[in-house]
Amino acid sequence: MAAPTMDRSTAAAPASPVQTLTISKALNLGLRAAMEANPKVIMMGEDIGKLGGVFRITDGLQKDFGEQRVLDTPLAESGIIGTAVGLAIRGYRPVCEIQFDGFIFPGFDQIVSQVAKLHYRTQGKIKMPIVIRVPFGGGIGAVEHHSESPESYFAHTAGLKVVSCSNPADAYWMIQQAIDCDDPVLFFEPKRRYYEKGEVDTTAQPGKLFESRVLRSGTDATLVAYGPMVRTSLDAANAAAEDGTSLEVIDLRTLSPLDLAPVYDSVRRTGRLVVVSEAPSESSIASEIAAKVQQECFYSLQAPVLRVTGFDTPYPPSKLEEEFLPDLDRVLHAVDRSLAW
Amino acid sequence: MSSPEQWTHPEPDAAPAATAAKPTAEQVIAGLRATDEGGADLVQLLTPEGERVTHPDFDIDITPEELRGLYRDMVLIRRVDREANALQRKGQLGIWVPLLGQEAAQIGAGRAMRQTDMAFPSYREHGIAWTRGINPTELLGIFRGTDQGTWDPVEKRFHPYTIVIGNQVLNAAGYAMGQKFDGKVGDDEGEATMCFFGDGATSQGDVHEGFVWAAVYDAPLVFFCQNNQWAISEPTERQSRLPLYQRARGYGFPGIRVDGNDVLATLAVTKWALDECRHGNGPILIEAFTYRMDAHTTSDDPTRYRLSDELEMWKLKDPIERVKVYLVRQQWADSEFFDSVEADADKLGEELREFCTNMPDPPAERIFSNVYAEGNPNLDAQRDEFLDYVSGFAGGEH
Repeated sequence: MAAPTMDRSTAAAPASPVQTLTISKALNLGLRAAMEANPKVIMMGEDIGKLGGVFRITDGLQKDFGEQRVLDTPLAESGIIGTAVGLAIRGYRPVCEIQFDGFIFPGFDQIVSQVAKLHYRTQGKIKMPIVIRVPFGGGIGAVEHHSESPESYFAHTAGLKVVSCSNPADAYWMIQQAIDCDDPVLFFEPKRRYYEKGEVDTTAQPGKLFESRVLRSGTDATLVAYGPMVRTSLDAANAAAEDGTSLEVIDLRTLSPLDLAPVYDSVRRTGRLVVVSEAPSESSIASEIAAKVQQECFYSLQAPVLRVTGFDTPYPPSKLEEEFLPDLDRVLHAVDRSLAW
Repeated sequence: MSSPEQWTHPEPDAAPAATAAKPTAEQVIAGLRATDEGGADLVQLLTPEGERVTHPDFDIDITPEELRGLYRDMVLIRRVDREANALQRKGQLGIWVPLLGQEAAQIGAGRAMRQTDMAFPSYREHGIAWTRGINPTELLGIFRGTDQGTWDPVEKRFHPYTIVIGNQVLNAAGYAMGQKFDGKVGDDEGEATMCFFGDGATSQGDVHEGFVWAAVYDAPLVFFCQNNQWAISEPTERQSRLPLYQRARGYGFPGIRVDGNDVLATLAVTKWALDECRHGNGPILIEAFTYRMDAHTTSDDPTRYRLSDELEMWKLKDPIERVKVYLVRQQWADSEFFDSVEADADKLGEELREFCTNMPDPPAERIFSNVYAEGNPNLDAQRDEFLDYVSGFAGGEH
C-alpha cells in the first residue's frame, strides 16, 4: 500500500530554477513533477486528457504519461470519486479534477461517506491518498454553478484536509505536497487567478503544506484571506498604506486543519481582524476563524472580528457578481469600521 | 462455455417495450418474477426438491467432499445468523442484519472466489465474510457499537461493510480498474473483483455509474446482486420495470439470473463469471434470485408489508434443505456427518455468545483515533482537552 515517497531532486525541473509562471502553468508543472516522481500518481477527470482540461491545467500530461495514467472519465462525479477510492485501496494515488466547483455535489456522497471515513472506519488499515482538485470562486462572468465556493462543506467534514493556493509558487509546491499526503486533500484552485503571474523557484525548499503564512506585515489591523481573496486583500493593504493605515495580510493556505497560530500572533499585536472570503458567511470558514479568534485573543481584541464575504444567497447572475464578491472597497470599508470601533 | 456475445447482442424481440406498449403493474410484477419457478433464464442445478438438473450453459463437477463442505458452510453461517439475531433480542447487540435464506447465494459466490480475488460487501454479507476467512466474532462489534469492522481488508481481500447503499459498487469498480492497470488481467492467473449489493441498490446512481465505469474500462468485476425481493418494505417492482439481470444488456455486458437458493448453480455461475473477468472479458452481472426470510433488520417488522403466504412458499425452497436431501439420496453423507455439523454449529454459537457478552467498550480515546493518517494538531488539542475533562471524574465510571 505504501507508495514510494516523492524524490524532488529527480523531479523534472524547468531549465532555469526561477521562472515567471501563471498559477495555471505552475499547477501543470507541479502535477507533471508529481507524476514523474511516483508512477502510482494518476489523474482522473472530465476532458483532462486530449483537451488538457477546460482550464488546461493537465495540458500535455496524457500525451506524455498515457491514457492509463491520465484518464478521461465518463461524465459522472460520483463515479470519479468512487472509483478513485477503489484505486487508492489498490495502491494508486488518484488526483481527481472536478471541472467546476458547482459540479462537486454529485460526488459529495462518496467524498464524505467513503473518502473521509475509510481511514477512521478501518482504524488506519486503509489510507485514502486522494487529491480532489476544484477550480473555485467567481469573477469570470460564468453561468450558474460555475462560480461557487463550497469549501466549508469539506472543512466541516472530519477526515478531509482542505487547502487553497493563492499564487504560482504555492500552486507549484502545494499540489505536489497534497499528492504526497496520505490523507485525502480537497485542493481549491482560484480559477479567476489562474492567469496571474509570479516567480516560482522549482529548487527552493517549500514550506509545509498545512501552514498559514504572513504575506505582508502591518500594525493597525489584520486581514485574513485564502485563494482568490488573497490578491484582493493585498491590493487593499497597498491602498490602505497610501492613506497611512498599516494592514497585516495572512494567507491561510490551509482551511482544514486551520493553522491559526500566525493569526493569533497578529491579532494580539493589531487588536483587529477582518476575514475576507468569497463564500457566504453563515457557518463558514470565516465564522470558524471569528469564533476561534475571540476565544484565543479575547483580551487583545479592540473591535469585534468582522467578515467580508459573499452574501447568504445563491451565487447571483454574473452581471451582479461585482457587487456580490468582496472587493478592495468592501475590505477597506470593513477595516474602517474596525478601526473606528 | 457461453461467450459474452450472446448476452450483448439481444434478439430483436427482446428489445424493451416502446412507451406505447407500457406494461401494466401486473405485467411488471409477472415479468420480474417470470423465472421464479425456473425456465430458460434461471440457472438452476439443484431443484428445491433436491433433484440434480442440467443447464445448457452452466454445469459443475462437484465431489461429495466439496458438497459436504458447502453444506457445512451454510449450516454454520445460518447458526451464526440466528445466534446474532438472538443476541440482539437479549440486548447484547444494538441491531442485527439477518442473512436467513440467502446462505446459498453467499456461500456459492464466496466459495467461487480465489484468495487473490477482492470482495466489496454491503452489510448483509456474513456468508461472504465467512468464506474470506473472517471469524464471525469480528462481525459483532459493528452491531454492538464497539467498532466499525476490525478485519484487515487488504490481507483478507474483503472490504469493510458498506452501509450507504451502493457506494461500494463504485469503489469495487475502481479497484478492478487497478487490477487491470496492474497487468493482473488476461489469463487464468488473473485477478478479479466481486461486489455485492441488493435489489434496492440497483436504483442508486452509484450502481449505475459502477456499471458504466466497469464497462468502459473493461474492468474484471462481477456485480453480484442478491435480489431478496424486498428493500425493507419496498418490493422489486418499486425498483424496476425489467428483471434486474436484463439491465446488463443496456451497459453492454452479460447479465445472468441464477437461483440464489441453489448453492451449486450460484457456485457454477460465479466461477464462470470470475474466470471470464480474469481473462479480460469483464464485467458481468449476476442476479441471485433469492428471498429474505427474516426482517430487514431486527428493528423491522415485515408483517406490516408482506404476506405470510409468500414466506411459506419460499420456505419450500430452502437453500440448505435441498442440499441435505441430495446428499442423503446420493449417499454422500450419513447421520454421523450431519451430527458433526450440528455439533460444530453448537460450538460456534457458544463461542459467539461467550465472545459477545465479554466484549469491552472501547476507551474514550477511540473517538479521536485514526481520523487522519498524518494527524491534525487541532483535533489532538480537542482530544487532550476532552480526556483532561474526563480524568476529572477520578474514581467514577470514567
